[in-house]
Amino acid sequence: MQDLSALPHELTGNTVPMISFKSVRKAYGDLVVINDLDLDIQVGETVSIIGPSGSGKTTVLRMLMTLEDVNGGVIYVDGKPLTHMVKNGKLVPANERHLRKQRVNIGMCFQHFNLFPHMTAIENCMEGPVQVLGLSKSEARERSEELLELVGMIDKKDQHPARLSGGQQQRVAIARALAMRPKVMLFDEVTSALDPEVIGEVTNVIRNLVAEHNLTMLLVTHQMGFARDISDRVCFFFGGKIEEQGSPDQLFGNPQRERTRQFLSAVREAI
Amino acid sequence: MLDFLVLYWPRLLSGTGITIAQFLAAAVLGVAISLVFGLAKLSSTLIVRGIATTYIEVFRGTSLVVQLYWIFFVLPLFGLTIDNFTAGYIAVGMNIGAYGAELVRGGILSVPKGQWEAAVAVNMSGFQRMRRIILPQALVNMLPPWGNLMIELLKGTALVSLISVGDLMFQARQINASTFLSAQVFGAALIIYYILARFMLTPCMRWLERVMARKLGRA
Ligand SMILES: Nc1ncnc2c1ncn2[C@@H]1O[C@H](COP(=O)(O)OP(=O)(O)OP(=O)(O)O)[C@@H](O)[C@H]1O
Ligand SMILES: [Mg+2]
Repeated sequence: MQDLSALPHELTGNTVPMISFKSVRKAYGDLVVINDLDLDIQVGETVSIIGPSGSGKTTVLRMLMTLEDVNGGVIYVDGKPLTHMVKNGKLVPANERHLRKQRVNIGMCFQHFNLFPHMTAIENCMEGPVQVLGLSKSEARERSEELLELVGMIDKKDQHPARLSGGQQQRVAIARALAMRPKVMLFDEVTSALDPEVIGEVTNVIRNLVAEHNLTMLLVTHQMGFARDISDRVCFFFGGKIEEQGSPDQLFGNPQRERTRQFLSAVREAI
Repeated sequence: MLDFLVLYWPRLLSGTGITIAQFLAAAVLGVAISLVFGLAKLSSTLIVRGIATTYIEVFRGTSLVVQLYWIFFVLPLFGLTIDNFTAGYIAVGMNIGAYGAELVRGGILSVPKGQWEAAVAVNMSGFQRMRRIILPQALVNMLPPWGNLMIELLKGTALVSLISVGDLMFQARQINASTFLSAQVFGAALIIYYILARFMLTPCMRWLERVMARKLGRA
């Protein structure tokens, strides 16, 4: 039980980070996957997470999307506890009602897109706004068309996912997440399941988002060039901890830690 | 055979009508029970899960005829009297519901985990996730086995003749008892059941499967 005086904005002074992990721990049985993680991400910041397989990158995003609970510590989003709620002046694990209230801030795109197969592209985008945000169908359609336009999928808006290529599905999935107007967007290896020739169409959409929208973004990626281009900061994960972080130029150009150097040279060799 | 049909078709027809009515009533009840107990079987609450498991075990593990007799002959001893038509479709529906519950449960489990996660990511409530995302997909996956179950259900309705519901089987037995034209009467019944199953039920299920497949954009 943490007491309320530990709320992050009272510690960090003037600016409240959009995302704040405080001593977060996650374990599956005996296997500790995230080990005492502290990580602040500022409003509008784009942060990439890189690291070897099994280092806990996906777990970080899944905890933020509340797809996994935490076993220790607290995650704050927009200054408010996400994983916990305040009850009688104490932080207790969040219930579903609290989670639903906090989740409105967060959107996520998955490696395997996870579009709803029984809905067309535009229905996928309209589903959340209509069902969850309570928009009228016409408002939701207008919003969805705008976003499908943004990701270059407007001409396929009435197709079901089964009729779309992987790159097209992923772009629809990005539009679907954006339709909820989140403050934070999470991308978990969104190009890993794609054929090489369509990776660009998805990364270009993300590049545009970074350039033109004030979203806070957290990306897990194996594409080092892409991470270097778009990130304000890169975190190298190793064994459930941040082994090293810094600006892309620092981390890729002049890594300080041995493990970072090893990982980067292994990745470069693989290409 | 022809003069036989000329003579007895009104009774066979009325019996067929009752059989279809029994089938429809039992199907509606069975589908409802399947949904409720299939979902209950997946509940995170132990008691709810326990009730569902017990129901499914009892109704799958015992004979339909015994269940029918229980509902029609034994329940009145506890003050719950039901007319024979109602007792008939309740017994058949409850029995088929136990099998259907397993299909519903399997269908729901067959929906990939990513679908649940995507539904969480757009911040749907548990109820919305189930109704809007999971069940529609589960339904498509379980339609083919449901087709078989519906045929079992149709055949199962023949047992309601044992509590004197005037269905096709009941009429056939009555005609047989008064005319001893066993081959003709049961032959006719056989053919009528076959026609109902193969030329009415199966095409309906196929049509449903096609409609659902189209909704998934698969067709
Ligand atoms: N549901 C689970 N049950 C048990 N262990 C799990 C579960 N999910 C993840 N893990 C383990 O947690 C560790 C971290 O997993 P995670 O998916 O976060 O890694 P990752 O860095 O995303 O790796 P990759 O690059 O392969 O995607 C791994 O060792 C994984 O095996
Ligand atoms: Mg991963």
